[in-house]
Amino acid sequence: MTNTFIATTLLWVFIYVYAILGSIDFGAGFWAMVFETRKKTKAGLLANRFLSPSWEVTNVFLVLLVISVFSFFPSAAYTLGTVLLIPGSLILIFLTLRSAFMVFSFTTESYRTTLKYISGISGLLVPALLVSVLPITSGGFIEIINGQEQLLLGKLFRSPSEYTYLAFGLSSQLFLSALFLSDYAREALEEAAYRTYRSLAIWLGPMTLAAAVLTVIFMEPEAQWLKVNIMEQRGWFSLSVAAFIIGYSALWWPAKQKTHSKGRPRIAVLGIVAQYGLATFAYASAHWPYIVYPMISIEESITNSPMLQALLISFIVGSLLLLPFFIYFWRLFMKDRSYLRQK
Amino acid sequence: MDSVIISRSLFGSSLAFHIIFATLGVGIPFMILIVEILRKITGDEDYGVMAKRWTKGFAVLLGVAIPSGTIVGVQMNLLWPGFMELVGQTIALPFQIEIYAFFLEAIFMSIYVYAADRLSPNIRIITVFFVALGASASAVLITAANTFMNTPAGFTYENGEIIDVDPWAAFFNPSYVTSAIHVLLSALMTGAFAITSVAAYKLLKTRNKPREAIFHHKAFILSLIIGGIMSVGTAVNGHQAAQELHQYQPEKLAAAEGLFESQTNAPLVLGGFADPKTHTVKYGIEIPGMLSLLAGNSFDEYVRGLYEFPEENWPPLYTHTLFNIMVGIGTFLIFLVGFVFVVYFVRKKKGLPRWLFRLLVLVGPLSMLGIEAGWVFSCSGRQPWTVYHIQRVEDAATASANTMLLVLFLSLYLLLAIIVVIVLLAYFKRKPLANDLNNVKRKGLET
Ligand code: HDD
Ligand code: HEM
Ligand code: HEM
Repeated sequence: MTNTFIATTLLWVFIYVYAILGSIDFGAGFWAMVFETRKKTKAGLLANRFLSPSWEVTNVFLVLLVISVFSFFPSAAYTLGTVLLIPGSLILIFLTLRSAFMVFSFTTESYRTTLKYISGISGLLVPALLVSVLPITSGGFIEIINGQEQLLLGKLFRSPSEYTYLAFGLSSQLFLSALFLSDYAREALEEAAYRTYRSLAIWLGPMTLAAAVLTVIFMEPEAQWLKVNIMEQRGWFSLSVAAFIIGYSALWWPAKQKTHSKGRPRIAVLGIVAQYGLATFAYASAHWPYIVYPMISIEESITNSPMLQALLISFIVGSLLLLPFFIYFWRLFMKDRSYLRQK
Repeated sequence: MDSVIISRSLFGSSLAFHIIFATLGVGIPFMILIVEILRKITGDEDYGVMAKRWTKGFAVLLGVAIPSGTIVGVQMNLLWPGFMELVGQTIALPFQIEIYAFFLEAIFMSIYVYAADRLSPNIRIITVFFVALGASASAVLITAANTFMNTPAGFTYENGEIIDVDPWAAFFNPSYVTSAIHVLLSALMTGAFAITSVAAYKLLKTRNKPREAIFHHKAFILSLIIGGIMSVGTAVNGHQAAQELHQYQPEKLAAAEGLFESQTNAPLVLGGFADPKTHTVKYGIEIPGMLSLLAGNSFDEYVRGLYEFPEENWPPLYTHTLFNIMVGIGTFLIFLVGFVFVVYFVRKKKGLPRWLFRLLVLVGPLSMLGIEAGWVFSCSGRQPWTVYHIQRVEDAATASANTMLLVLFLSLYLLLAIIVVIVLLAYFKRKPLANDLNNVKRKGLET
């Protein structure tokens, strides 16, 4: 295996992990807002119970992603930094409003609803905007003026492609988070909340699939190369659809315990997580070898080998050291019944 | 405004904002660790109450520290693409290791806050130890990037190409160890003094509530002692940092001291303003020979002045003022803490006079001002370089920054600064100390 291959694979893993964790995190923030005023259901409470200990950890994954891009692919960092100035700044502003106001809303009682709304809505925009960075990297939106790369913001805002990606980002986060929270609710023995999130997931599942198909249909003329490559990855995408079908149908499987309502949310979550894994892998392979089409390729922008080696070693050591702590964390907040089922 | 100036103003403001919360994020967990340990040793539940209340305040501050840190991390890429291209090839390692520190901090912070009731007292101490460790490590690691900019090492630069990279040599560049210690000690000092400030203020307010006054007095003494120790450490180590400037960044030291002519037996000028027209320091107090002594431990030490360097490479002359603010605050605080303990000793049972408490309310904000002055000095004293003698600011900056962005981010920081204060005040008003203390008493009777 070459260093390039390892670095690229790692970067894909980080993107994938953050896509899932980020979607669940921001989506849960949105559901916490939606169910905030409905005191009858525990749905909002559960979303908060999940979010309060986990949002910090999720945020570190975002930082990890950004840092990995510039440490593995420094010259891609130049172009990405230049063209993403405006969209990146917008993302930062919404992200900040989201995190800060969420913490504030945990703390004060006055204005809690307002704070929740600000944080829920800004959070909703973050994954949508993050996903809409993708069309920028696949061609048609960057122009070179006086040797300087520039983002064609006007064109981006008028492009249907941008909006299909945006819609995909939105529906993905809502779907993934609803699905995850249905499992969390089952674990917490909150069947009413489980049913709420299950029916949301049932609605949102097909919508994400449709949005994904639309993004491929509406790709820019300059991004046709990507469409062609995506067609070549048919095999992987079919597997991904199969995973979706398994996961989605698990929402109707009979429950393990008779007292529970229909559905096996744990299997549904695993199926859909596998679906996203296969699909992002296929998408990343279709995007290969470009980071930003057509000017930045993976081979050309990979960092020097001493640095790469040092990074990989530190990555392995760091992950091994942290692993037990992650497991401890998981057991305290995702498994411990006394936390999940507190009143 | 041109793109370079906007980038500098924007990034400088983002960091100046982040550093407030980041510094407290290093200092306060350390204080919480100490009171958790004291509680274990003494069995005094007041320390438990302190841990609980400080943690609550700290959790709110983290709500700003983390997003603002994320801003800084991403904005570096957006505003300094040229710099990041260089960073990626040379000094990426500490950034990556810092991620593990962030994870450590985030994981154990959540455990400490949301699982405290399920942990045994010993596990709680370990948990908060990891929080403090993660926060301190993130400060120590990020300093590697900053010191690399001041004293780059670990690579060869030829015809615009970076070759022969040695990531560990870049990491442990010449000014790293001293600066990392300085950043850590000054953050611990600031965290402690922030608590002193609040305790001093509360002591002024709770004269006729003896139970609460006892509580605040414990916090007051404890934080004053720790802040005092850290401030001495900061100063001793700061002296080392200045000697390293003399060695590695002579023009920065020259600007910091307002020294124009190279000379042996160089004077130290305290205060005053370096005048760019006359090339003198106006209204300063001159101590002959002192600078040579401080820089090289001898009056014969030859200290290089600004005239020895081309004028287009001079750092801005206002760095003299920034440096004076930092050192002045450090010195003042050491004397103040010393004075307080002398007064205690002399007046015994009578305690401190009220005017001294009023003065002590200022120690936290002053420390923070020292931190800000120190950073702005370190970064602007490096001008016109982003990476000393390697990359100029113009070559590091983006070409597409605009005023709109600056206004947007500044408004965001202003908004957050106001709201975080409101939220903290509202929280502690709704949860008065008396309640917490009563709870302890009740629990004590039960067991
Ligand atoms: C409470 C804060 C505080 C206090 C009281 C001091 N410092 Fe400091 N200083 C910092 C907080 C700080 C800092 C914010 O942490 C800096 C900025 C960059 C860095 O590495 O540390 C710094 C940088 C810094 C530098 C620049 C290093 C460089 O640019 O490479 C020098 C020479 C000193 N300090 C020296 C001192 C001395 C002689 C002090 C005597 C009392 C002192 N500092 C007190
Ligand atoms: C260019 C400089 C800096 C960058 C890029 C940066 C980056 C970051 C990031 C990304 C975070 C959020 C971490 C998370 O998601 O949990 C953060 C938080 C933090 N930073 Fe900074 N930072 C910088 C400067 C500093 C300095 C100088 C200090 C030390 C005094 C510091 C100490 C901290 C601390 C203590 C936190 C709080 C919480 C945590 O550890 O998770 N940072 N920073
Ligand atoms: C956290 C406290 C810090 C503060 C308050 C701070 C403040 C500033 C200020 C005011 C400037 C503008 C200088 C000028 O215009 O003359 C600046 C520049 C800069 N600083 Fe810092 N700084 C901090 C830490 C850091 C760290 C840890 C890094 C390293 C990653 C860093 C990297 C930079 C860069 C890249 C620039 C722009 C290029 C340059 O002006 O040289 N700063 N900073």
